[in-house]
Amino acid sequence: MTLDKVKTGHGGVIVQIGGQGMLRRRLLDMGLTPKTRVMVRKVAPMGDPIELYLRGYELTIRAEEAANIEILPDEENKNEQHVGE
Amino acid sequence: MSMVFALIGNQNCGKTTLFNQLTGSNQHVGNFPGVTVEKKEGVIKQAKSATVVDLPGIYSLSPYTSEEIVTRDFLLNTHPDAILNIVDATNIERNLYLTLQLIELNIPMVLALNMMDEVVQSGNSIDIEKLSEGLGIPVVPISASKGEGIGELVDMIMKVGEQKTTPKRVDFCSDEVHRAIHAVAHLVEDHAQAIGMPVRFAATKLMEGDEPTIQALKLNQNEIETLGHITTEMETALGTDREAALADMRYTFIEKLCATCVHKHAETREQQRSVKMDAILTHKYLAIPIFLVIMAVVFWLTFGLIGAALSDWLSMGIDWVTAATDAFLTNVGVSAPIHSLIIDGVFAGVGSVLSFLPTIVVLFFFLSLLEDSGYMARVAFVMDKLLRKIGLSGRSFVPMLIGFGCSVPAIMSTRTLASERDRKMTILLTPFMSCSAKLPIYAVFTAAFFQENQALVMISLYVLGMVVAILCGLLFKHTLFRGNPVPFVMELPAYRLPSGKTIVLHMWEKAKDFIRKAFTVIFVATIVIWVLQSFDFTFNMVENSADSMLAAIGSWIAPIFAPLGFGDWRASTALLTGLSAKEAVVSTFAILMGVSGPSELAPLLSNLFTPLTAFSFLCFTLLYMPCVAAFAAIKREMGSLWQALGAMAFQTGVAWVVAFGVYHIGMLFV
Repeated sequence: MTLDKVKTGHGGVIVQIGGQGMLRRRLLDMGLTPKTRVMVRKVAPMGDPIELYLRGYELTIRAEEAANIEILPDEENKNEQHVGE
Repeated sequence: MSMVFALIGNQNCGKTTLFNQLTGSNQHVGNFPGVTVEKKEGVIKQAKSATVVDLPGIYSLSPYTSEEIVTRDFLLNTHPDAILNIVDATNIERNLYLTLQLIELNIPMVLALNMMDEVVQSGNSIDIEKLSEGLGIPVVPISASKGEGIGELVDMIMKVGEQKTTPKRVDFCSDEVHRAIHAVAHLVEDHAQAIGMPVRFAATKLMEGDEPTIQALKLNQNEIETLGHITTEMETALGTDREAALADMRYTFIEKLCATCVHKHAETREQQRSVKMDAILTHKYLAIPIFLVIMAVVFWLTFGLIGAALSDWLSMGIDWVTAATDAFLTNVGVSAPIHSLIIDGVFAGVGSVLSFLPTIVVLFFFLSLLEDSGYMARVAFVMDKLLRKIGLSGRSFVPMLIGFGCSVPAIMSTRTLASERDRKMTILLTPFMSCSAKLPIYAVFTAAFFQENQALVMISLYVLGMVVAILCGLLFKHTLFRGNPVPFVMELPAYRLPSGKTIVLHMWEKAKDFIRKAFTVIFVATIVIWVLQSFDFTFNMVENSADSMLAAIGSWIAPIFAPLGFGDWRASTALLTGLSAKEAVVSTFAILMGVSGPSELAPLLSNLFTPLTAFSFLCFTLLYMPCVAAFAAIKREMGSLWQALGAMAFQTGVAWVVAFGVYHIGMLFV
């Protein structure tokens, strides 16, 4: 599952980072490395970009960039509202 | 010999606050040679023999943005005596990623662990000794905003610098990566030493496929092949590519280190508070209305309440000084031309401009409050999708917002944009945001023609500027700047109360800039104008300014503006002098109408304009090419005189077309 498909309040563990060049390097530098836990915390009012929570901080990326991030979603559902679909 | 320290850290980690704590107001702002990245340096207050250079806020030493490249070059070529790496203790994992890359440079280094007060307050703790041992560099806990631990930090960096204590370890890897890096280090050791590049840094950068390093090391074909072989072997063994492998290696080390020395039970109070604040401030429906309300309040306070009152006091003071000087000159019996130069030229021109200083200072107070509190990052988050429609990113929103204060810092702040394309487009559009220097013009004209709807007319001008920017953005997106916008990867920092010291220093910097502008560019411009309007072509003083050189020049170009409804030579002359600084439009009208200040000017303007032509004039003023200071900034940021001139021509063309449209459509209704 790619990260752009994940609902608000849900998350998982990163399997791999796709894309290339500057964007990919930036994502890796910001700590989006394989095996890292990541959660979608919020979606911007206009539906894009999205806000991630990882390594104890908040990072904003666009949906098209999130589509490069492959995650293994968590099994259990968190009790948070599904917004921003 | 005095020592030089490099201050480096991520964005939003309190670097500027620490820099201000270290140097006070003793700062020198310049540029790094050849690029357009700001370079601040200052003498450390607590240790007069040491200078600290504030490097740009970066997340990694990758070779992509100009900030990263500048930092690398500075560290590799200038050989600072020590690195002062500031790290946000509440966000330690990601911050240490840069630290590990800095350690590879093998330069004496001290880690300033900032915001330790927040960590402790929330019941968490960090074992400083273990962290220091694990990284092999001294660690000093500080709170930059409260000024705690600064003395200890200065003592430590002085000691490390004097004793040239390099990091105790540079090796943070294991297994496959370890083998590969050592093989590469061995391979390129001679090359690296020949150009004075730290071997370890060279090896890891080569492993990452870092182009500038490959070129700098001048590897031969054979070595490049061996390098490729080593990397491929590692990639196969790990089942991942080189960049991911190295990022993973660093983060794995950090995770292990943090597991032993960081004891985190809960998010800090600030982080929990941020989540709650964001629930409202980035709310699906509330975010944009709240943003508009915040900006409206800022502008009302700036231009309506505080700034206006302060401006009134200042202009009263200036009037008093002018009157006193006038009386003095008359008593002494100074000759008429000199008397006129001082009172009508210098005092009238510079004085009317200076009375707007408080407005600018107050605006920058609010803008830096919004920036430093972390709200601007939310604005970028909320507005990104909107700006992407015109081919920009949410980050361009901040420069554009600053454009409402002054185009010069706005254009300079476009440096934080990662791609040249976004930067140039933002530079072209930012001057359409009505800068505060145009406010005096609006103030005088709306007072004269739109007393009933003063606020409405002003707002309509601001909105018009934005609408024109959007239309031009759409035009650019499909013509000049086709192609993909840059990736938008941005941290949302926790909300924090900005330090008063940082804000005061920021305001002081802006005030200084403005005063300097007033006494240089504007001063010269007012004298030139005074000469042009007081003398004719035979350099005899004229009785009536209608016979002056300025009137002649204004008359030559006046026909250009006749189709816009304001063909009077005084209007075209004022627009010309407005190029020196927009405030000069008002002072020129004042000089040409023979009055001493904006308050006396308003009633006389109805001789030149009708309400419709006044509005057309205001539209033109809003959009036409910015002042010389902004032009200089555009030229510097665009890196080309011709492109800057093109931008001027474009903006003036747009202004003409819009004013033409406004005038002719308005005629249908009036």
